[in-house]
Amino acid sequence: MAQSRTLLDKIWDAHLVRPETEDAPAILYVDLHLVHEVTSPQAFTVLRERGLRVRHPERTVATMDHSTPTLPRVNGRFPFAHGDAETQVETLARNCREHGIELHELGSRNQGIVHVIGPELGLTKPGMTVVCGDSHTSTHGAFGALAFGIGTSEVAHVLATQCLLQRKPKTMRVSIEGALQPGVTAKDVILAVIAKLGVGGGTGSVIEYAGRTVSAMSIEERMTVCNMSIEAGARAGMVGSGAWQTDEGARFDREIAVDVSRLAPMITWGTDPGTAIPVDGNVPEDAPQKSATYMGVKPGAPLLGTKIDVVFVGSCTNGRLSDLRAAASVLRGRRIASGVRVLIVPGSQQVKRAAESEGLDKVFRDAGAEWREPGCSMCIAMNGDALAPGQAAVSTSNRNFEGRQGKGGRTFLASPLTAAAAAVAGAIADPREVLR
Amino acid sequence: MKLLKGRAVVVLRPNIDTDQIIPARFLRTTRREGLGVALFADRPEFLQGQTGSILVAGENFGCGSSREHAPWALLDHGFRAVISSSIADIFRSNAIKNGLVPVQIPDTSQLRGEVAIDLETCTVECEGRRQSFALDPFARHCLINEIDELGYLLAAEKEIAAFEARR
Ligand code: SF4
Repeated sequence: MAQSRTLLDKIWDAHLVRPETEDAPAILYVDLHLVHEVTSPQAFTVLRERGLRVRHPERTVATMDHSTPTLPRVNGRFPFAHGDAETQVETLARNCREHGIELHELGSRNQGIVHVIGPELGLTKPGMTVVCGDSHTSTHGAFGALAFGIGTSEVAHVLATQCLLQRKPKTMRVSIEGALQPGVTAKDVILAVIAKLGVGGGTGSVIEYAGRTVSAMSIEERMTVCNMSIEAGARAGMVGSGAWQTDEGARFDREIAVDVSRLAPMITWGTDPGTAIPVDGNVPEDAPQKSATYMGVKPGAPLLGTKIDVVFVGSCTNGRLSDLRAAASVLRGRRIASGVRVLIVPGSQQVKRAAESEGLDKVFRDAGAEWREPGCSMCIAMNGDALAPGQAAVSTSNRNFEGRQGKGGRTFLASPLTAAAAAVAGAIADPREVLR
Repeated sequence: MKLLKGRAVVVLRPNIDTDQIIPARFLRTTRREGLGVALFADRPEFLQGQTGSILVAGENFGCGSSREHAPWALLDHGFRAVISSSIADIFRSNAIKNGLVPVQIPDTSQLRGEVAIDLETCTVECEGRRQSFALDPFARHCLINEIDELGYLLAAEKEIAAFEARR
């Protein structure tokens, strides 16, 4: 009888051009290569220098998201905050034209964050290998795909050969059980998982999320969970889908069980994504002083009531329709606290249109929030949407590293519900109180 | 390159992420060159008063994004190797592709002053103390012989075409 295999084993085996040996990594075939303006220009330069062509333009899809403005056109021109960002975008357009690559450019119907539009356009499918010069490529694992981020040299490898040199990662299964309480979301689940594993806990591994909680999740919720796998150091995150499932009895290198039946909404207090605590909990007594000082929080003290300046709802973690609906459920009929700036950035043009057709844009505007054009925006703060030094933000994105959302900015990571509750309170607040 | 000798620059902070190595605002470039000025741009205290070509960092170095700008910035600044008790996956892969040597050893606390890294024997030597480190044999081969992985993949063209034909 054939040996029981994990989902990773199956996808891996199906894409082996050449198996690995002790001396050399495997040559792994890539089904779908997603490209954006920030990590690709130097890869296209390599192709140009060597006189190479893109091997499979039809397996390559590009978008503009990281450095693009999220304000509408002024006199027909996009309001780039930085000229070099405009150069990047033009460079991508030229490279795509030259190599016959489908491009969803700024202002076009299907433009958006690369990990939002891939699934939206039906590009990501079970059993595929998907790569992109971006660490949150793990998002696509929600569809039962093996999806991971690569560096720019590897972007060149895939453009030229449709292949990558890879060692097979280790496997880890995170089994999640328990029904989520009201006000608790997929974002809270993954923040809790990262807090448990630690930011380096998944290094060298691909995490498969399993258990009844995950089976009960919608595809968008699964994407939120898989998205943040990299914040535990994992290469990828995945969930079985359709015919692509781990066999009964298959062995993982590591197994972890998480019970979420009593989970509270989570929020990070520190400067790495592994620092989540219940929103009504206290900053750990042994919190490293450096991070606590940077964040302006006190070890042992509660986070509730901590004043904030900005709320950001968006990113490839929580910038899809269901996330905007969640934020709107809190903001409907309420006003944002005075002095707080709230930025709502849909993950894609499709998400934007869908939200507008439901009137969510009006809910946000009536509450006093800014309704923006799609892009990465303040998740990475490359496009001019940034925190000012010292400002504190509750953000639905995925990284709270020092300066991530603007030099000197302080980021508290949370779900769209928790972020919206903070917008109304002007301080860190418990969404369960607002929803009650 | 088989032997690498240089002065250690010690920054024993854990979780030095890619945003600290090179903040995102320096990523609005279409080039690989000249990123040394952006290295630790918001962390001037890291390198203050220290010069050298071997970075000794705390655990989980290079976590975060896939930006290859991180090793580009380190190399352009003059670093040739990074030593840590753990190095994030994508950073390590990016480093190797650019000839920046990633060295993972359990105990980095003794490393200071002159450090020698021998890729032939996979050992680090400092003040007469020698520690071995694990390095993927292929990565080692590529680093020693300055082999370019793209060339290696291009040479597999027949196999790639055969794979495409049979699926
Ligand atoms: S939204 Fe943030 S994490 Fe996602 S791709 Fe954009 S910059 Fe990266």
